[in-house]
Amino acid sequence: MESQGLAELSNALVYSAMFVLVLAMFAFAASFAGRRGAAQVVELPDRVPAAVGGGPVAAGPEQPSSVDEEEPGRRSGNIGLALSWLAFALLFGGVVARGLWAERVPWGNMYEFSLTSALAVLGVFLGFSTRRDVRWLGVFLIPLVLLTLGLAVTVLYTEAAQLVPALQSYWLVIHVSTAIVCGGAFTFAGVVAALYLVVAGAPEDGWRARWAQRLPSAERLDRLSYRTIAFTFPLWTFAVVAGAIWAESAWGRYWGWDPKETWAFITWVVYAGYLHARSTAGWRGRRAAWLAVAGLAVYWFNYFGVNLLFSGLHSYSGV
Amino acid sequence: MTAETELAFSTHADPLDRQVGAPSGPGVRGWLRWLWARLTSMRTALILLLLLGVAAIPGSLVPQRTSDPIAVASLIRDNPGLAAWYERLGLFDVYGSVWFSAIYLLLFVSLVGCLVPRARQHWRMWRRSPGPPPANLARLPSAQLIELDEGAIGIDRSAELLRRQRWRVRTGDGWVAAEKGFLRENGNQIFHFALLGVLAAVGVGALTGWQGNVVITEGSGFSNTLTQYDTFTGGRFADVDGLPPFSVRLTDFAVEFERGEAQRGAPREFRADVEVSESPGATPQRRTFGVNDPLSLDGAKVFLIGHGYAPRVVVRDGSGGVVFDDSVVFLPQDANFTSSGVVKVPDADPQLGFRGLFLPTATIDAETGPTSLFPAPDAPGLFMSAFIGDLGLDSGEPQNVYRLDDSRLEQIGLKGLQVGQTWQLPDGAGSVEFVGFDRWISVKVARDLGGPWALGFVVLAIAGLSLSLFVRRRRVWVAAADGGVTVGGIARGDHESMADDIAMIADGIQPQAAREESRR
Repeated sequence: MESQGLAELSNALVYSAMFVLVLAMFAFAASFAGRRGAAQVVELPDRVPAAVGGGPVAAGPEQPSSVDEEEPGRRSGNIGLALSWLAFALLFGGVVARGLWAERVPWGNMYEFSLTSALAVLGVFLGFSTRRDVRWLGVFLIPLVLLTLGLAVTVLYTEAAQLVPALQSYWLVIHVSTAIVCGGAFTFAGVVAALYLVVAGAPEDGWRARWAQRLPSAERLDRLSYRTIAFTFPLWTFAVVAGAIWAESAWGRYWGWDPKETWAFITWVVYAGYLHARSTAGWRGRRAAWLAVAGLAVYWFNYFGVNLLFSGLHSYSGV
Repeated sequence: MTAETELAFSTHADPLDRQVGAPSGPGVRGWLRWLWARLTSMRTALILLLLLGVAAIPGSLVPQRTSDPIAVASLIRDNPGLAAWYERLGLFDVYGSVWFSAIYLLLFVSLVGCLVPRARQHWRMWRRSPGPPPANLARLPSAQLIELDEGAIGIDRSAELLRRQRWRVRTGDGWVAAEKGFLRENGNQIFHFALLGVLAAVGVGALTGWQGNVVITEGSGFSNTLTQYDTFTGGRFADVDGLPPFSVRLTDFAVEFERGEAQRGAPREFRADVEVSESPGATPQRRTFGVNDPLSLDGAKVFLIGHGYAPRVVVRDGSGGVVFDDSVVFLPQDANFTSSGVVKVPDADPQLGFRGLFLPTATIDAETGPTSLFPAPDAPGLFMSAFIGDLGLDSGEPQNVYRLDDSRLEQIGLKGLQVGQTWQLPDGAGSVEFVGFDRWISVKVARDLGGPWALGFVVLAIAGLSLSLFVRRRRVWVAAADGGVTVGGIARGDHESMADDIAMIADGIQPQAAREESRR
């Protein structure tokens, strides 16, 4: 049967992606271990993600090509990146096959949402990797992607089924896809902010000092997480508003403090707090970074915690 | 412009991010001023904002009256001690509680106190800007000396160049000043004022809106008047007497359930066919609505909220006369629509009452008794227990239609019926026939004038927010110097670099030959 074939294809692609990600994780781990002291020497010129003007990258004193061979950990980092791209392609195929199998967008239950979330985190990471050197992040981000996929295939797995009437709306495509993309970007920013907390004010010796040698400067980490969150925050606002518009036509009210809505609001507040904290004396730096980490925790709690622990109108987990 | 204001521009500090010292000035006024400065400081606003997030948490842990009154009632019943404390702290209605309101009202007061002076300051800057170059232009980061034979030409060229790229340009004696990105601050203010607008729209909507809930069975309907609703709430300024005079009659309600293996029994489609009259006497029009597809009527919306079964029974008294012939709304108890309800027959003598269980796909489970296996009516069954005596309806006290007060009733028997079967009650008390069933839907009819306004303000807020985050605000100066011109600039924001802008100007004003040289 054709649909059964699609189901098997989807599952096979997801498992292959996980296998490749495990390899990528080892490659990134090797790269990170090899980076000792490298961070200070090689910092690729920093570009704004949505750079205006598009001028050529100013060439620094070092020529990147000559650094290529010298920089420790670069080779394994590149292997990690290549494997990540492969995993991305496999997982993308898995999500598409799942959608074809279910004959709808593949965001109908927690299993499908988790697959796509993992894809989004991976996508944000790889998107950044085309513009700047983020190989040092792979060893921290890939395990999270693997964890999400692992939970998806073990705990959350559900057979594909059609949607309940409340989900039968084009707002599903708009609201859920935006929320997933935001999740990917928030995860990226949150992990970077956590690394900032490790690096900023690290003591002279100890593990933090050793990590600091392998990671970009605190200032760069701070800027990277800020720019990611600044870009994502309006998108998150939109995702919440799109949810409210949908809620009105599905449930007859815009906002009813359903647990999912409440935690989406809390997420919004924490990130709004983060953006303000960065321009408030006494809150810049560590406190702001803690808020970025808290925002990520709240986002993921809203996903796993609220779906599995609370009952509410958003109970579509299928678990 | 003084060097100090330039510095304020160049740091990423908020202009209102000021340190608030100890109270100054005499007596109460000094204290008040200090308190106001405290409240409107960025730090206080930030703490209030985060506090708002923390304060929202209990509302997701404790059941809320507004969203889940049944859970609140059962908590009060099961744990009265705890519930009393919850009640005292307002935890059953967190988002309407004094403390939650206090936080967001203080936050918005702080916001206004922040925004108004900031808007004024921005306006002044807008009019004054851009100012002449600072004395330390050459020492600004990424400032460049561009060698030119004639400095004046460089000045003219850069002014022209900057104007063409839509900078705000001001020229003076031997200098050009240009500024870009005022929209950043405008966007910031639009965002914050729009948030106030959202709050106002929601508030106005709550004060002027109304909503009613009503259950209708197939073949019946309701008119949009206060008395026809099962529950109705109106805002303080809602025009309750002037409700639009439409009426709705449910002709058919169709439901499809999943029959496949995965998610068996989950609903797949709801469709309500109705006849709508805009006013009494108007020709009814056929309309269809469902979940995600509400009915819009004369400024109000009709939402499909729930559905269930209403078994139809005919009750005859001892002499065979029909004393009851109607379908009765039963309330679903589980996902397979095991539904319970009560039939009251006050016209029988003595009065009859029934507690019933309607099962769309009935089976008798060895342990749990009568159970429904599937939500669709594949094998409908009605299990009834009959009572005879006094229903207690004459006391004048309002009774719950879903409950039977059996204090003056005597149970006379139990029976399971299939469609078409009749149960002869013992002792010649009469008979009950299970004729069939209708479906019922519960609808919410609501009017919310604030909704569209809130949406408008939200769109404005997102637009403003995007401007405030993505527009780069920066200033450049070109000033005559020995052997050419100095180009320098500052950007506001996080470590923004002016290198691109300065390179652009340098590239634009260098003589042709030098430019080609630099390209090679």
